[in-house]
Amino acid sequence: MKKRNVIICALLYLAAILAIVVLEKFLPPTHIALAVLKKGCIYSLVAVSMNLLNGFTGLFSLGQAGFMLIGAYTYAVLTIPVAERDSVYMYFDGGIIQFSVPVFVGLLAAGLLAALLAWLIGLPVLRLKSDYLAIATLGFAEIIRAFFQWDELGVITNGSNMLRKYPTFTTTLFPFLVCSACIAVIVLLIHSSYGRAFHAIRDDEIAAEAMGINLAKHKRLSFCISSFFAGVGGGLLAMYQTSIQAMTFKSAMTYEILLIVVIGGLGSVTGSCIASFLFIASSEWWLRFLDTEMTIGNFKVPLLRAGFRKVVFSIIIMVIVLFARKGIMGDHEFSIDGICSFFKNLGKKKEVKS
Amino acid sequence: MSTNVLRVEDVTMQFGGVVAVDNLSLEVNEGEIVALIGPNGAGKTTAFNCITGVYEPTNGRVSFYGKELVESYPHGKMKKTYIGENAGRYTKRLVQTPDKITKEGIARTFQNIRLFSSMTVFENVLIAKHMRAKQNFLTATFRLNHAEEKRMREETMELLKMQHLDHLKDEIAGSLPYGIQRRLEIARALATNPKLLLLDEPAAGMNPQETLELAEFIRQIRDEYKLTIFIIEHHMDLVMQISDRLYVLDFGKLLAQGTPEEIQNDQRVIDAYLGVSEDA
Ligand SMILES: Nc1ncnc2c1ncn2[C@@H]1O[C@H](COP(=O)(O)OP(=O)(O)O)[C@@H](O)[C@H]1O
Ligand SMILES: [Mg+2]
Repeated sequence: MKKRNVIICALLYLAAILAIVVLEKFLPPTHIALAVLKKGCIYSLVAVSMNLLNGFTGLFSLGQAGFMLIGAYTYAVLTIPVAERDSVYMYFDGGIIQFSVPVFVGLLAAGLLAALLAWLIGLPVLRLKSDYLAIATLGFAEIIRAFFQWDELGVITNGSNMLRKYPTFTTTLFPFLVCSACIAVIVLLIHSSYGRAFHAIRDDEIAAEAMGINLAKHKRLSFCISSFFAGVGGGLLAMYQTSIQAMTFKSAMTYEILLIVVIGGLGSVTGSCIASFLFIASSEWWLRFLDTEMTIGNFKVPLLRAGFRKVVFSIIIMVIVLFARKGIMGDHEFSIDGICSFFKNLGKKKEVKS
Repeated sequence: MSTNVLRVEDVTMQFGGVVAVDNLSLEVNEGEIVALIGPNGAGKTTAFNCITGVYEPTNGRVSFYGKELVESYPHGKMKKTYIGENAGRYTKRLVQTPDKITKEGIARTFQNIRLFSSMTVFENVLIAKHMRAKQNFLTATFRLNHAEEKRMREETMELLKMQHLDHLKDEIAGSLPYGIQRRLEIARALATNPKLLLLDEPAAGMNPQETLELAEFIRQIRDEYKLTIFIIEHHMDLVMQISDRLYVLDFGKLLAQGTPEEIQNDQRVIDAYLGVSEDA
């Protein structure tokens, strides 16, 4: 990267932090915009981590919700303060874990446990070709969900009851800083020798192998790293929601993230981030009005009723999938140079016209 | 007598009931250019795939510089359905993935070009340096390997310069003209520092002028990189011009072997393969 671009990026980053600080100062803390920002950050991270596997390595895995669940539970179980355990684990005599760790240790453990599980199932699962891999990972996520609801494990997972009272965050800066740091690490990885090897595997497995790239090892590595960040994302989601239940980590969550990845563009980190914020903002905020009946004067606007939002949303997604299959960004990145050249070209075109 | 580089012994590759390679034995010695010729579907590419670990041969052994690379015998379902020869001779199974074999020093190109088409020319060659790098994913991610990365990039650039591809280094490989893609694929194979280079129909789709240049190019890389070359090719002028020895394959079986003159005058080869095309 050119020095100028590094400086511009750093300035943009600082500006984003400043914007968050200002928003938090002037908006009421319960304002929907702040919620969208928080959730958007977390979804950016999980979408980018899914993109690392599906977009950059070309492995079509659908286990994201499962790894997020592991992360969320690991974080929650490890960080609930000892004093609160009796009330949280009320049906299980306070559970068997009688210690708690700091927030960052909890988040790190969330990622590590998700990565460990990915490592364990990676060997058999990653041998499967595309569709079968998707089915196997989807099945794995469902099994994990059932496993965490199992009453026998209640002393650790609280069975099908909620986990709550673990430390959460109030400021939007927290998820923003953690997620941007994680995404930065993923970007560094993508641009390293290993990232190139993943890219080669995506382009042509047989050629990659002929170039000395150990397929099993590199696929497993990508799977573990992707799961690590999905786990961290799950931990952050637990913090955002303030209470969690295994039930909510359904495959629908994986599909949401997959949609974000596809809308943003397979193989584009910035695409995934932009799509995350657009997706969260539309589904939780901008399209909300579709769910409430509205009358203008005497005229009752047709179609607007509870559930209509989902219909419109599905149609938008179908249109994107049908007509813009490469997503917003394709596999390009949003870059300073790109914007500069865009405006330069715009200038040139105008000159030609005049 | 120069060192033996590649030795293929009794290799049979059977797909279901089809014997694609039938009891093939051959040798390639250091510094030689040896050609494998034969009609379409004779099993030439399959033979390459058995050598490079893409397929596990049904029966037989492959060794490289005297070291055993691959060995197998009919097992599992194949035990009953095997219709090839030498069924009892091999009793060991040694299977290696293609990346291990590349690491041993055998590089290859593919009949239907297989570049990393969405990557640049530079990255295509740089990939080859990954396998011998000492970094791990953490040192690579956090740029603690910058000395190594720098060396990898320098070696890549050097190779591109030698191959006269440096002016194209930032082009996307998939968008290059066909002939250049072929050359890039060879350059990429060279970047793995091979001792033996397997070329699968490198002149396919080239005009006579380009074919002539390719012949010169193959000789040149053999000398410059001290390589041994094993080549599958249909262009007879090219084959006869550059190869020291030839093996002729027909229906998976070895039909003949010898120097270009011997092969050109071999009646069986003329009937089965060279035949009309040489007369016309
Ligand atoms: N994976 C495979 N499964 C079944 N048959 C195969 C496979 N690979 C090659 N064959 C068969 O083996 C025979 C030889 O093919 P090939 O080695 O590509 O021939 P050549 O390269 O000499 O033109 C063909 O009949 C082909 O159909
Ligand atoms: Mg062939």
